[in-house]
Amino acid sequence: MAILEIKNIHKNFGNTKVLKGIDITLEKGNVLVIIGSSGSGKTTLLRCLNFLETPDKGTISVNGKVLIDGEDKATLSDKIIRKNRLHFGLVFQQFNLFPQYSVKDNLTLAPRLALKSEIKEYKKAHGASAAKEEKARREKEIQQNTLRLLEPVGLSEKIDSYPCELSGGQQQRVAIARALALEPDILCFDEPTSALDPELVGEVLKVLKNLAESGKTMVVVTHEMRFAREVADHVVFMSDGVIAEEGTPEEVFDNPKNERTKQFLQSII
Amino acid sequence: MFWQVTKDLLEGFGTTLELFGFTLLFALPLGLIISFGSMSRFTPVKWLVKTFVWIIRGTPLMLQMIIIYYGPGLVGTYASQIENPGIIMSWLATWSVFDRFVAVLVAFAINYACYFSEIYRGGIEGIPVGQKEAGQVLGLTKTQIFFKITLMQVIKRIIPPMSNEIITLVKDTSLARIIAVYEIIFMGQNYIKLEGIIWPLFYTGAFYLVFNGLLTIVFGKIEKKLSYYRG
Repeated sequence: MAILEIKNIHKNFGNTKVLKGIDITLEKGNVLVIIGSSGSGKTTLLRCLNFLETPDKGTISVNGKVLIDGEDKATLSDKIIRKNRLHFGLVFQQFNLFPQYSVKDNLTLAPRLALKSEIKEYKKAHGASAAKEEKARREKEIQQNTLRLLEPVGLSEKIDSYPCELSGGQQQRVAIARALALEPDILCFDEPTSALDPELVGEVLKVLKNLAESGKTMVVVTHEMRFAREVADHVVFMSDGVIAEEGTPEEVFDNPKNERTKQFLQSII
Repeated sequence: MFWQVTKDLLEGFGTTLELFGFTLLFALPLGLIISFGSMSRFTPVKWLVKTFVWIIRGTPLMLQMIIIYYGPGLVGTYASQIENPGIIMSWLATWSVFDRFVAVLVAFAINYACYFSEIYRGGIEGIPVGQKEAGQVLGLTKTQIFFKITLMQVIKRIIPPMSNEIITLVKDTSLARIIAVYEIIFMGQNYIKLEGIIWPLFYTGAFYLVFNGLLTIVFGKIEKKLSYYRG
């Protein structure tokens, strides 16, 4: 069964139709790369996946369960969205690390806040002293997990640094570790290397590549065509709010059928 | 003589500090509420609050003090002269003037809350939207995002304009003398009337200067403390 099913997503901003019916299916462990010129709607689609925008129409399902339905108000409440969005992680173009927190606190903030509300429930069920023990145990787990997350991105030594002390590439790698801390089913990347100096792009792409090889399900919006060709299982070319062409990297990059795909690929090389 | 003057002025400065402290105590949180109002997505609230801020910032604080001090008494007198008053009018008839200090405090708290609210608004709106979104995708609630992510960054941004405004507040307290609250300037002026000497009035400046010096040091410390990060 497909892990992610996007069906007939529409999104308007005022009178502008940004997404005009997007359908995508993604298998577990696969990497989907979305390409297209700016204004084609690819970032909006990614933002819909992370519930930063709500689609006007269409559904997004993970593991067969509908998480959001643009026409079903019940799936659009704050509480439901907050719960359901944790199936997805998002790495931003601008990193968006929290500047006032160290690398460690950036990674542990969300897990610790989640733990706090869980412990509240636990306390009701098992009593105060049991809750205290459970809390200590889980907190230790979060700490250990932090170390485990920083190692593959090569930043174990930067655990106590602040974002302003890191290079762009390092910040983005921390952001990736932060997104992974909540163990999302699907990790999304919104042009993760676009804000980086050219010499820093490689280190971030390497992390992405390793993640893909380790079997993480990923959706990547990017302009790095070479990376897309190497890592993608499936490539989607978006143009003007629709999917103009899709297929394996070979199909899309080597034998594009759509005129607009051809034009786009030519303009980028 | 000098010690007698110093003692008197210190007493007046006590009132000055009281007004300063209580104004901060009320205006700091009230300003935050007003700033939320002025950023409200519910348009009527937004415009109501914006109009209120416009009126308060657009008229002199001294005038506001006078209106708040004399206003209720005037309303009470007017209402009590009406024959066969209704429920509202008989309630209004019970209005009388505030205590002087309370009237001044109310005026100051409202006035400074409006100024603070604009500083807060600037600080909050200046935080990149990506910070909020990063919190959202990590599953944080709106309250958590505000207190754990936004607030600290807002505080860092607003310390310089706030220190400006707070130092102005110290000096603005001297306006209270207009309705005879015995703050330090009032005490200094008394010496002109009673003893025919003016130097005590000049001397009051030293009190303001020393206190604002202390405030400047405190704000510098806070700024330094928050300088461990950028952004």
